Amino acid sequence: MDLTTTYLGLKLRTPLVPSAAQPLTENVDNIKRMEDAGAAAVVFHSLFEEQLSLERRELFENLAQGTDSFAEALTYFPEPEEFHVGPELYLKNIARAKASVDIPIIASLNGSTAGGWVQYAKQIEQAGADAIELNIYWIPTDPALTSIQIEDTYLQILRSVKEQVSIPVAVKLSAFFTNFANMAQRLEQAGADGLVLFNRFYQPDIDLETLDVSPNILLSTPMAMRLPLRWMAILRDQVGLSLAATSGIHRATDALKMLMAGADVTMLCSALLRHGVQHIATVEKDIMAWMGEHEYESIKQLRGSMSQKNCPDPAAFERAQYMRAVSTYRA
Amino acid sequence: MKTPHFKTLDANEAVANIAYQLSEVIAIYPITPSSPMGEWADQWAAAGMKNLWDTIPSVVEMQSEGGAAGAIHGALQTGSLATTFTASQGLLLMIPNMYKIAGELTPAVFHIAARSLAAQGLSIFGDHADVMAARQTGWAMLCSNSVQEAHDLALIAHAATLESRIPFLHFFDGFRTSHEVGKIDMLERGVLREMISEERVVEHRLRGLTPDRPVLRGTAQNPDVYFQARETVNPFYDKCAGIVEQAMAKFGELTGRRYQLYEYHGAPDAERVIILMGSGCEAVHETVDYLNANGGKVGVLKVRLYRPLDAQRLIAALPATTKAIAVLDRTKEPGAGGEPLHLDVVHALAEVSSVNGQSKFARPPRIVGGRYGLSSKEFTPAMAKAVFDNLASAKAKNHFTVGITDDVGHTSLEVDEKFSVEPPEVVRALFYGLGADGTVGANKESIKIIGENTGNYAQGYFVYDSKKSGAITISHLRFGPKPIRSTYLITQANFVACHQPVFLDRMNVAECLVPGGTLLLNSPHKPEDVWKSLPSETQRDVIAKKAKVYTIDAMKVARAAGMGPRINTVMQTCFFSVSGVLPREEAIQAIKDSIKKAYGKKGEEIVKMNIAAVDTTLANLVEVQIPATTANGAALRPPVSDEAPAFVRNVLGPILGGCGDRLPVSAMPCDGTFPTGTARWEKRNLATEVPVWDPQVCIQCGKCVFVCPHATIRSKVYESNELASGPAEFKSADARLPEWKGKKFTIQVAVEDCTGCGVCVDVCPARNKSEAKLKAINLRPQPALREAEVKNWDFFLDLPALDRRKVSTDNVRGMQTLDPLFEFSGACAGCGETPYLKVLTQLFGDRMVVANATGCSSIYGGNLPTTPWSQNKDGRGPAWCNSLFEDNAEFGLGFRVSIDKQREFAAELLRKLAPSVGSDLVENILLAPQKDDADIFDQRERIVELKKRLAKIESVEAKRLLTLADMLVRKSVWIIGGDGWGYDIGYGGLDHVLASGRNVKVLLLDTEVYSNTGGQASKSTPRGAVAKFAASGKPAAKKDLGLIAMTYGNIYVACVAMGAKDEHTLKTFMEAEAYDGPALIIAYSHCIAHGINMATGLQNQKAAVNSGHWLLYRFNPDRAGRGENPLQLDSPAPRIKLGEYRALENRFKMLEKSHPEHSKALLGQAQEEVNMRWKLYQHLAARDLKAPNGQGSAAKTPSTVEN
Repeated sequence: MDLTTTYLGLKLRTPLVPSAAQPLTENVDNIKRMEDAGAAAVVFHSLFEEQLSLERRELFENLAQGTDSFAEALTYFPEPEEFHVGPELYLKNIARAKASVDIPIIASLNGSTAGGWVQYAKQIEQAGADAIELNIYWIPTDPALTSIQIEDTYLQILRSVKEQVSIPVAVKLSAFFTNFANMAQRLEQAGADGLVLFNRFYQPDIDLETLDVSPNILLSTPMAMRLPLRWMAILRDQVGLSLAATSGIHRATDALKMLMAGADVTMLCSALLRHGVQHIATVEKDIMAWMGEHEYESIKQLRGSMSQKNCPDPAAFERAQYMRAVSTYRA
Repeated sequence: MKTPHFKTLDANEAVANIAYQLSEVIAIYPITPSSPMGEWADQWAAAGMKNLWDTIPSVVEMQSEGGAAGAIHGALQTGSLATTFTASQGLLLMIPNMYKIAGELTPAVFHIAARSLAAQGLSIFGDHADVMAARQTGWAMLCSNSVQEAHDLALIAHAATLESRIPFLHFFDGFRTSHEVGKIDMLERGVLREMISEERVVEHRLRGLTPDRPVLRGTAQNPDVYFQARETVNPFYDKCAGIVEQAMAKFGELTGRRYQLYEYHGAPDAERVIILMGSGCEAVHETVDYLNANGGKVGVLKVRLYRPLDAQRLIAALPATTKAIAVLDRTKEPGAGGEPLHLDVVHALAEVSSVNGQSKFARPPRIVGGRYGLSSKEFTPAMAKAVFDNLASAKAKNHFTVGITDDVGHTSLEVDEKFSVEPPEVVRALFYGLGADGTVGANKESIKIIGENTGNYAQGYFVYDSKKSGAITISHLRFGPKPIRSTYLITQANFVACHQPVFLDRMNVAECLVPGGTLLLNSPHKPEDVWKSLPSETQRDVIAKKAKVYTIDAMKVARAAGMGPRINTVMQTCFFSVSGVLPREEAIQAIKDSIKKAYGKKGEEIVKMNIAAVDTTLANLVEVQIPATTANGAALRPPVSDEAPAFVRNVLGPILGGCGDRLPVSAMPCDGTFPTGTARWEKRNLATEVPVWDPQVCIQCGKCVFVCPHATIRSKVYESNELASGPAEFKSADARLPEWKGKKFTIQVAVEDCTGCGVCVDVCPARNKSEAKLKAINLRPQPALREAEVKNWDFFLDLPALDRRKVSTDNVRGMQTLDPLFEFSGACAGCGETPYLKVLTQLFGDRMVVANATGCSSIYGGNLPTTPWSQNKDGRGPAWCNSLFEDNAEFGLGFRVSIDKQREFAAELLRKLAPSVGSDLVENILLAPQKDDADIFDQRERIVELKKRLAKIESVEAKRLLTLADMLVRKSVWIIGGDGWGYDIGYGGLDHVLASGRNVKVLLLDTEVYSNTGGQASKSTPRGAVAKFAASGKPAAKKDLGLIAMTYGNIYVACVAMGAKDEHTLKTFMEAEAYDGPALIIAYSHCIAHGINMATGLQNQKAAVNSGHWLLYRFNPDRAGRGENPLQLDSPAPRIKLGEYRALENRFKMLEKSHPEHSKALLGQAQEEVNMRWKLYQHLAARDLKAPNGQGSAAKTPSTVEN
């Protein structure tokens, strides 16, 4: 049985790729474990522009506070020779991971502006990453911003990263565009080598007791795969770039659905945090069992077999009415 | 001769640079002003910098200076080259070892930033009291007068000690030299190699103790030989001066800088000569040049080698024409025939004449001695001239003082304050800033820019006030073509910058301007409105001096660039733009380069925002048009209100107003005794935003009042009819507690005293029901509120307080209505220590005597001019004293023993007098329980009655008892200090005092570093935290002081963190006070030295507890008496990982950023320790402890309390 697939030009043994699963990928030993469990490639956790910048500012402000104010204590900290306030540690981990595993390493770069941070892309390439997943993470709240301005910003970020590197760049983003199909095409034209569907934004919650808005990380459930599944099926026939599915892929059947809709790879995150790295092997085994049972020979054979064009009911992917969907539900 | 290699730095760094290169073992301990030398050594070692022999010196922090001296002694004895740095009390603690090191003829150098000793008061500033106290130890003493000299003579000292085998104290003036930033020529390694004899190093090494060549040193000697043995060293001392002279000569050949042991400067035929040591020499040098250029015949003799004093060479250095000599000492030796240098010169002159048989002088010169410059008191050319004038008088004053007005002993010389010798080619610039605005940092950079980009020499000296929040900084900068010798503050400036508009209404910033000078203002006003915003006095000076005035809204520019309140870069750009010290474009480029250099490693944004600030500054800088006449300016605000008591108005007021130098001797208390309750008169108006109370939202929990570090937010419960006479804007609500039913409740803020730290807002749990971002307390701009809130505050203070006998002190909301007797301290905004002190005074303030270890708490508690320790309406309150750093526990024990003795004596007298006083009263007094406020109130009433009766009894005993009767009322002795004291320097004493079983209470404010001296590691510092002296992260675990104390069994021990559980803190304080024996409370105190957001420090406390880093517990021996387990573990099991807590604090994070792997390893170990410690405490609290007599009940489950 042939499970191989190609993603961003990388030949992969299977379509199963652990994705940006913080904190798992922060430890190089876990990367090795992922490889041993059968991961075809690994997407590193994200290097956050915003976080680095926040940390630098905090470091600067809090270490400088109180200095040169009081004769006995003109400073409160020794001045280190150097601070690794940039991506140094991240780059080191990429290099280390590359040295310890044979599977491709895809770095993840996370930002919202086309600032100086795009230079990190170059450093990531130099550190040995095989590809970059560019995670554009931005909730526009300014009513004066038009959709075209927002989309142009995405393209500008992509272009500036592409200018820095020669390794492939995939863009991970949310589905929340006026016309995502159009956006996908524009990204392809701007040089994206792949799209990762979708970024499951971190959704805030309200704490009723403290009346605070609380950050609340919820692991995904298989329900979360419906949105990317739809767009996977729609886009597969419209764009030529690589497509990766992420969100809600927990079991072999989830992965198979995504592959049939058109994904080149399926990314696992919450499932690994929940069940451990070894879960990759289980999913692979189950995929093979299902394929054997249903007499499929290869992933290539089934990939896109249920895309909007190839599926028996193309209109199903365009239906938006909730009521209707319910009324056609069959147990 | 080599080409100069200029660098701009201060003497501490310049000296540490040499000491580090020439040492193998460096033992360090923090003490102002020498701490930075140790910090540099530790930092360089952490960075892997190597010494002259290409190896990294071992730097070891000790528990005290005594410990450092011991360690150095040991290192020397085993053949290493060793050094240390210290000052003041630290040097005193080294003296015992110094005798040994000298007695054993051991080469060593101690570098001393000379500082005053604590006498009637402590002083961190510079004079020679400390080094003079070590002059009898047998150490050579070499004195440097400037930053360059300190660098150079450090090397000469190291070279000479190896050659002579006599250990050297190399000293220079604390602050004036140690902290003066100057442009100096740095010594290169080649010079060091030439100066240090490898052969002598080997000899030293071979004298070291080793079992391979065993010898015995440190014997005990008897009357038969000790004396002779003591005299064996004389030949070494005889040769010493010659050796130093040779070293100086060799140094001169290598560098071109020639020094002499006793260096005369002045007219070859001078008749009047001043002899002195230290930085003051430079001011006299300038004066001599000026006077001689104007026809004078004067000179100065700079003493560099003070011990061994070479009388022949000293006298030889004086011109034969000398007729009168004034010897100036920067120290005071009460009761002596004269100060030390004075006596030495008198002796030298007498001895040289007698030995030589004839004098080089036609007539023996007259010699007088005088004191100057104690505790960094200014010493100016005007004062030097006064000394020369004194010498010219036929009746020259002897044992005089100069620089003060002594209207008590009439020792002082008249000084012509207008006399100035400042050379015209020197640019002099003065900058008034606030600590938080970065003014000093920017000026240090400006000096470097000028020093390193031009041929000019540069000097920077910085004056700070004694507050840790809202401190005023004054920067004194000089630039000129020749080395700058002006070792005194600038009083006539070409350029003055006022970086904070708030200063303008309290000081005339134009006062120091020279005619035609430039004034730069940071003002929020539009350029056209700036003029009328200035006080009349300032306007008058500007017009009279034809000064140019520039203005900029620096805050606006800085905020727009993302810099927040740090206006440093903006004002620095303005300075270079209008002062003309460098061509404008060149200056702007140099500023940008220095920004890149200074902030590059901290990240691109920081560089960018600073550069953005530079780029936007010039467009916002405007010259103010000066009218010919003044325009409606306000009068300068007086430092204290007219309502203040006379002592506050007449003595503390001038100090507050910056005029303390003008106070005469008679104004000062002769024994260091000051009134309490004085901080309330110092209205600092620091906060830009202050808390505003919303009575509708408030749930009256009292938390804001409990945690306020400055006691500026308070609550009161009172009868509603009181409101009738209140200001219209005074806010109130119906009191919510059932026992307050029918009464009114108010939370009031002292807006003029508030620092705006925001801790109260952070802790407030109540949210507005319709707009959840609002709490019951919200920060609002202060200026608009000031007028109304001042009236509200006054009214609030006058509202009657609840009868404290009826206030329940077992809950926060109740006890927070009690008056604090610790208020408005100058501690850092958001301080984690002061809330504990405030709560303590609310509970026991009226009966407390406080022994306070030196440190942050002694500085914000007792640094002049004012004190936060206060009094209640009856005039009772904490009596406070600071003895030393190391002896505080013993000092407090002394209080206890003394008070107990007096009480015992009073009780004895009372019993004797029972027949005449009345046995009922006597019985009631002696058997009074005095457990709570009500009991104590009753006892005080009895004592009033007793005194009435005693007054009528004519007997010696009755009179004696009258003075002792108040001791029959319970007195609570509190020993307060930080972790530097309790864990390190004072640990031995603390252990002993706790073990004594006496009824003393210890409150240890644990910031986990030496906060007051700038964050050096203590044994309380957690593993993995970066601190000074632990630049690579503290490698060892935090000491568990509480656990050690618990082993005694009879000590009440508790660990508290107010931010984690306020009621637990309260309960602990109450239990500790109630326990009839010693108590130790270790209080987690978040601190500016943790690198945290101080507004949310209480959240850090909570995280520290939730992670298990900080355990809450109480060990109450009284429980053991009842057969219960004395240990109650009051923390829940750790619920977050240690890393999560540490991520909140930059003291941990910076190691992650500088040494990621190392940081990870230390965190792993620390987490393991937290886990183990939790298990241990859980086990200890769960132990089944039956009382020894078998009657106790066994505790079957872990003892915990819920609150």
